[in-house]
Amino acid sequence: MFDGRASGRPTSDTDMTTATLDPELRPALFDYLLRLGDDALVLGHRLSEWCGHGPYLEEDIALTNLALDCVGQANGLLGLAAEVEGAGRDADDLAFRRDALDFRNALIVELPKGDFGFTVARQLLFSAYAHLLYEALRESAFEPLAGIAAKAFKEARYHLRHSSEWLIRLGDGTDESRQRAQTALDDLWMYTGELFEKDDTLRTLVDAGLAPDPRALEAPWRERVEAVVSQATLTLPEDDFMLTGGRSGRHTEHLGHLLAEMQFLPRAYPDAVW
Amino acid sequence: METTREQVLDYLSEVKDPEIPVLDVVEMGIVRDARLDGDTVHVDITPTYSGCPAMKAIEEEIVRTLHAKGFEKVVVHTVFREAWTTDWMTGEAKRKLEKYGIAPPPKTDAALRPALPFAGQPKPVRCPFCGSEDTERTSEFGSTACKSLHFCRACRQPFEHFKCI
Repeated sequence: MFDGRASGRPTSDTDMTTATLDPELRPALFDYLLRLGDDALVLGHRLSEWCGHGPYLEEDIALTNLALDCVGQANGLLGLAAEVEGAGRDADDLAFRRDALDFRNALIVELPKGDFGFTVARQLLFSAYAHLLYEALRESAFEPLAGIAAKAFKEARYHLRHSSEWLIRLGDGTDESRQRAQTALDDLWMYTGELFEKDDTLRTLVDAGLAPDPRALEAPWRERVEAVVSQATLTLPEDDFMLTGGRSGRHTEHLGHLLAEMQFLPRAYPDAVW
Repeated sequence: METTREQVLDYLSEVKDPEIPVLDVVEMGIVRDARLDGDTVHVDITPTYSGCPAMKAIEEEIVRTLHAKGFEKVVVHTVFREAWTTDWMTGEAKRKLEKYGIAPPPKTDAALRPALPFAGQPKPVRCPFCGSEDTERTSEFGSTACKSLHFCRACRQPFEHFKCI
């Protein structure tokens, strides 16, 4: 019964758990897990804003399914972040009791949901990245992260397929859908550079074998995005100025508004349960 | 009489998936292991999907069921070591699904859909009501994370399919 085909990575003697983690790696790993967890949480919240507002019933359900995956991933990642931090906080504390300055998500996920074309274009750009990232993270030497990544990788696969199918349909659709899809890609492009930045946190973790080098993900990411954009008969935007800052807590004004809504209940009624 | 791991697993087969009450959590592959340590039972479970809202209910039901069997201390661990796959569902579980009206998942190596849509299409899903393969996918996303929506052109019935993952 328990010998089914393993789809995660087999564990080895050199694998680290929270207990055996080198204390010097803790701050960087905590920071990195917040980045991953916050990306998933904030994007999940943006997707959940479509609940009851989808273009038609099946798509409403699809977007909320994607939101649920993201929030579930965030729960696992932030729970692990709290464990690594070792300061007695839990996933809920990190999700609901931090302010915008302490969030580490990339700017691209916090932008307002926009029209359906914008949501689809962002999903394509982000899930193409998440799919490659989680694929690589399955090999992380930090075993609990490799496990969460193996699960998220499977989900990123159909997230990417969903947004690809839609971008192709919109781009190769009516004049209106085509123009909106192209505008969305153009508007989003300057937020994509941040996903592949390598700073001190990443240098530490890449050297220790805990995280993949984000720069190595950029070329395969571009190849996938280019393939979908070209099927959609749209034009890949030109590289120009890239806006960054989310990884160090410098966010757009949109994040504060999102948090005000997302965190309202636990802040107004601390420790509420049902 | 000493309780064995097999007995604990047998007890756990009374715990049904709240979304699909014909299946129990052992035959679905959600329960990964059970261990006895003194007077404490440890049960490892793994989520089907990261955000599956049934996991909490399943955890509570496992604790309640084992309490009723006389185990006072029950600890449920959520493990991610290996990611859950529909290949872990037993053949019996898949037969029960089909009988319940949900098209069961085929083996992933033959049916997993590619990440990019133009890389190929999988075989159509067999209708659980009439057995026809003249079906179409209405939506990849259904009432729960694990199911997609389909329509059978032969018997004109909409049906759900437990997705391959």
